[in-house]
Amino acid sequence: MIEVHYFASVRERLGLAREQVRPDPGLRTVADLAALLAERHGAQKGAVLREAKLLMAVNQAVARPDTGIRDGDEVAFFPPVTGG
Amino acid sequence: MSPCKPRIVVQNGDFSLQQEAAALRERGATGAVVTFTGLVRDMHDDRRVSGLYLEHYPGMTEKSLHEIASEACARWPLQALTIIHRVGELQAGEQIVFVGVGSAHRHSAFAACDFLMDYLKTRAPFWKKSLQEDGGHWVEAKDSDAAAAERWQR
Repeated sequence: MIEVHYFASVRERLGLAREQVRPDPGLRTVADLAALLAERHGAQKGAVLREAKLLMAVNQAVARPDTGIRDGDEVAFFPPVTGG
Repeated sequence: MSPCKPRIVVQNGDFSLQQEAAALRERGATGAVVTFTGLVRDMHDDRRVSGLYLEHYPGMTEKSLHEIASEACARWPLQALTIIHRVGELQAGEQIVFVGVGSAHRHSAFAACDFLMDYLKTRAPFWKKSLQEDGGHWVEAKDSDAAAAERWQR
């Protein structure tokens, strides 16, 4: 399974902190995963996963839309960071 | 060059500026100690802020801060380095973040602190929600912070 985590305003807009996705040959990259999840959540909520400023991480390392994913990975989606 | 062993802390509890600065000397600063402390401001977009909620990504937060610290140690000859970032609910006026560096000469120490804050603000997975009378609002990332971080890449 692929573990998906959402943070901050992304979590609030989806109404969900985490969920799981079954691995699939068609799910090769973070972009593939974001598209699947956007569909899953519907047009209104899912729109947050299509925003240009969305950031992502795979196994707690900064990732990009073309970063590869596989079974057992932890993927996170979140807004631009505002620490410090 | 021996790598500086950074002290990285992510916690809700407060820290003592005095103790952390003293610790940098004990950990080997021979000529210069430079520190920065970030505070919760009581105003945001002209509205009074009672406090902040600091969310973070447990696991990635520490990894990210260690990476940022390692990069500072690679760029400058540092003898000691500390990053402390508080999380959870904080009141206006409280301390949020501490960055401190020890080195033989002041130029490295000033530059490293500046770098650490610029990278922390644009790369470490923390998100601030300002708590106000009419509810909470997620603070937006600033272009000026992105620009400040970018100058270290040239």
